[in-house]
Amino acid sequence: MTAQLIIFFVLAGLAVIGAVSLIFQRHPIHSALSLIVVMVALAGLYLLLGAEFVAAVQIIVYGGAIMVLFVLVIMLLNAGVEERTNFSKLAATAGIPLAVALTAFLAATIAKSGPVTTGVRPGSVASTQGLATMLFREFVYPFELTSFLILVAILGALVLAQREKGS
Amino acid sequence: MSAFFAQHAFWIVTILKIIVLLFVILTLDAYLTWFERKVVAHIQSRWGPYRVGPHGLLQPLADGLKFLFKEDPTPAGVDKFVYYLAPFLALSLALTSLAVIPFGPDPIRIFGYETNFGVADLNIGLLILYAITALGVYGVALAGWSSNSKYPLLGGLRSSAQMMSYELALTLSVVGVLLMANSFNLRDIIAAQGRHPNLGLLGWNIFPQILGFFCFFVAAVAETNRAPFDLPEAESELVAGFHTEYASFKFAMFFIAEYTSMVTVSCLCTILFFGGWLSPFPSGPIWGWTHFLPTVFLGALGLYLIWDGFHYETVFGRIVLPGIGTVFCALAALLALSPAVNAFIQGPFWFFSKVLVFLFVYVWVRGTLPRFRYDQLMTIGWKLLLPVSIGNVLLTSFAILKWGAS
Repeated sequence: MTAQLIIFFVLAGLAVIGAVSLIFQRHPIHSALSLIVVMVALAGLYLLLGAEFVAAVQIIVYGGAIMVLFVLVIMLLNAGVEERTNFSKLAATAGIPLAVALTAFLAATIAKSGPVTTGVRPGSVASTQGLATMLFREFVYPFELTSFLILVAILGALVLAQREKGS
Repeated sequence: MSAFFAQHAFWIVTILKIIVLLFVILTLDAYLTWFERKVVAHIQSRWGPYRVGPHGLLQPLADGLKFLFKEDPTPAGVDKFVYYLAPFLALSLALTSLAVIPFGPDPIRIFGYETNFGVADLNIGLLILYAITALGVYGVALAGWSSNSKYPLLGGLRSSAQMMSYELALTLSVVGVLLMANSFNLRDIIAAQGRHPNLGLLGWNIFPQILGFFCFFVAAVAETNRAPFDLPEAESELVAGFHTEYASFKFAMFFIAEYTSMVTVSCLCTILFFGGWLSPFPSGPIWGWTHFLPTVFLGALGLYLIWDGFHYETVFGRIVLPGIGTVFCALAALLALSPAVNAFIQGPFWFFSKVLVFLFVYVWVRGTLPRFRYDQLMTIGWKLLLPVSIGNVLLTSFAILKWGAS
């Protein structure tokens, strides 16, 4: 239990540090790298909960595919160091109260929740088999609809790219 | 001491295994460079390394020393943190992926603690390998970007695009194998190929999954940035691509990473399509003699080394080569005399033989095929490999639906 707790705090700390550094880095590539740290730390947390499949997919999809695309685009555009501007008025007036409200909400939810359940039993939703059964038996129509939506998005992107090439 | 060991046996044995695996794999990488130079040289009617040690056997050591003692300049205007991070990322990810590979079937006993032949045995072994591959792009892309130079940047961009395109085919091509084995676990995948022990090599996945193997191997060669897909480091266009600005040991780290991923891919080909540690011969009393093949192989190699050593030009070679030959002959004698050791060595023997064959194919391809053009590369990836691997998934699914798995 103690070893698990130590690993949890290390990973959670990494995720928080990565998220803060994502905001405060001045170069887009450094921000993207910080986001990768967050993604990998989250995958580690999933692994700690016993959700092996979700952890691997988290790294493959978010850490790998999506973030590689981010890095590639930043490299292609050769984006430089960002310029700092003064805080916008809206952020100063609405941001701080909203942040306080969010923190209070989270604290209240955590305080109200019952005893902590750790880990996932084998054969439950988080395992590969449980996930597959759920996706392809119970939620097969929402699943297929979502994939159809993604297909439409890909086709839309293709059409937009072709039109630009033609004109 | 023994009480301490009994309490922490798992950790001690795991750390021991990691140290041994690191030692073995780094030595293997070093001699892979020697092997590659020798084979490519002979393909081109040359001798290859010959001066440093008998048959150039000490050449890897000389290269390593050169890498260590060379000056290590940092170019002006680089992004320091990312510039130093990139080679570490490339090397550590390449070495991590080896931890998932199982090398043999039987557990070994270390100080009374039974443990598997391989560092980690995971239920999602293959997915972890793909996760590590997915992160491996960053080593190359960040090296290219952080060097503050145009050739590395172009090389980094090229390789990111190439790796992204081929990752799809790489992932889809093994779905057929996963469907047949019903598992992500690499041990289960090998066990599924041995379901019919009387068939021998006919039971391996290569026969039903020949399309999958074709897509997997082509995509894997592209994913490791090896010839004929080595556009990220095409020396005629980009000097040396993403590692142009790296010198000394930082360059060596990229180099070791590339050779380690070659070994990983060869292990994966062996496991997924060629039966892993299973013997190619059917089991049965008629085929009992095949258990002595490791003995015959080692003995023949040892005898050849002794014979060759006595004729060698230098005195050093006349001492070293027969010495190595004697060691091989002694190992062969040990295998012949001890049935237990012989039975244990069968799995690892076939596994490493198959891996060596794939490593040879890697070098062979590099020595004979010219490099692809960039548009050809993208055409092969998106218009050939992707549709063929999707078709393979459909075919396999329908076949399993009709006739059942096995």
